[in-house]
Parts: sequence; C-alpha cells; structure tokens
Amino acid sequence: MTDFLDFAVNFAQLCFALAMTCAAIRLLRGPAAQDRVLALDTFYINGMLTLLMLGIRSSTTVYFDMALLIALFGFVGSIALAKFLLRGEVIEP
Amino acid sequence: MTIADLPWWITLPAGLLLIVGALLTLVGSIGMLRLSHFYARMHPPSMGNTLGTGCVLLASMLISSGLASRPVIHEILITVFIVTTSPMTAMLLMRAAVHRSGARAQRQLVMRQD
Repeated sequence: MTDFLDFAVNFAQLCFALAMTCAAIRLLRGPAAQDRVLALDTFYINGMLTLLMLGIRSSTTVYFDMALLIALFGFVGSIALAKFLLRGEVIEP
Repeated sequence: MTIADLPWWITLPAGLLLIVGALLTLVGSIGMLRLSHFYARMHPPSMGNTLGTGCVLLASMLISSGLASRPVIHEILITVFIVTTSPMTAMLLMRAAVHRSGARAQRQLVMRQD
C-alpha cells in the first residue's frame, strides 16, 4: 500500500512543478502589472505545497515551519504589491 | 513508526487527497495561464489554491498523525491562514485592477478632449 503513497507524492510533486512553470510563464509574459502579482501569488503557494511534499517524503516537521513562513511572508508581499498598485505607495503617512 | 509501515486506512485516503489536491492546483494554474483577460484569470488560482491547499494539508495531517501515533493537527495553521488570506489578496488585486483600468480610461478621455 505504501507504493500508492509514493506514487501519489511523486505525482503531486510533478503537478506542482508544472503549476509553478505555468505561473512562471504568466509572470514573465503577463501584459499588466496585476497579472504579474497574481502569478507571484500562485507561484509562492505552489512552492509552499512542494515543500510540504518534501516534508511528507522525508517524514520530518522541519519543512512545515518553512511552509508556514513562506505562507506568511508571501501573503505580506502580495498585499504590499496590491496596495502599491491601488494607491501608488505602500505605507501611507 | 516509519512511512513504510503505515496502515492502509491512512495511506489510501492520504494518497487520494494528495492526487485530488495536486490536480486542483494544476487546473487552477493552467486556467491562470490560458484564460483570456485579467478578470477571468483572477478566479482559477484563488479557487484552486484554496481547495488544493486544503486537500494537501489534510493529507499531510493524516500522514503525520499516523507517523506519531497521536493526532497531530498543527498543519491546520497553514490551512486557516491560506483560507483567510487568499480571498483578501484576490479582492485587493481586483480592486487595484479596476482602479488602474478606470485611471487609464480617464487618461484616454482627457487626451481625446485635448
């Protein structure tokens, strides 16, 4: 039965790598700035899920902390970029 | 307990959840790449990311609970965080896009009046 779990983890890693490729293509091509911010948002979530897959595969909890940090700081970065696009500055006086 | 001797009632649902979550995330990212304009590109990643992250983290919770032989639910932190922050990011980006397209239309109008 553990072969099935191995297959699932490999398949999920492949899917996340393909999804990161899609996000990277949109990040490079994206016609407007908001497309690039959206692509970056998708990119960091896929990277976080890839780290979780590594954590399942090596059965440690170190990768969980990294995934939590990536989720936190990626959210802060996306909000800052969206705020910049909305107002022209991030921290208003 | 290592990952090789997990019982089948943990590995079967965990593997199915992993596959479903990975496919959902992939479909969301492909939708973001393929759809035609920004407002259509907005919704596949936020939907796919939320659902896919939920499925993958549920599988991760199952596996780490099986490995530790007790309920380990600290992955629920990431789930709660993603579920609360993904709509906020989507909403702010959407407002920024509406604002920017409105500003561009106004500029064109002014240029036309000149």
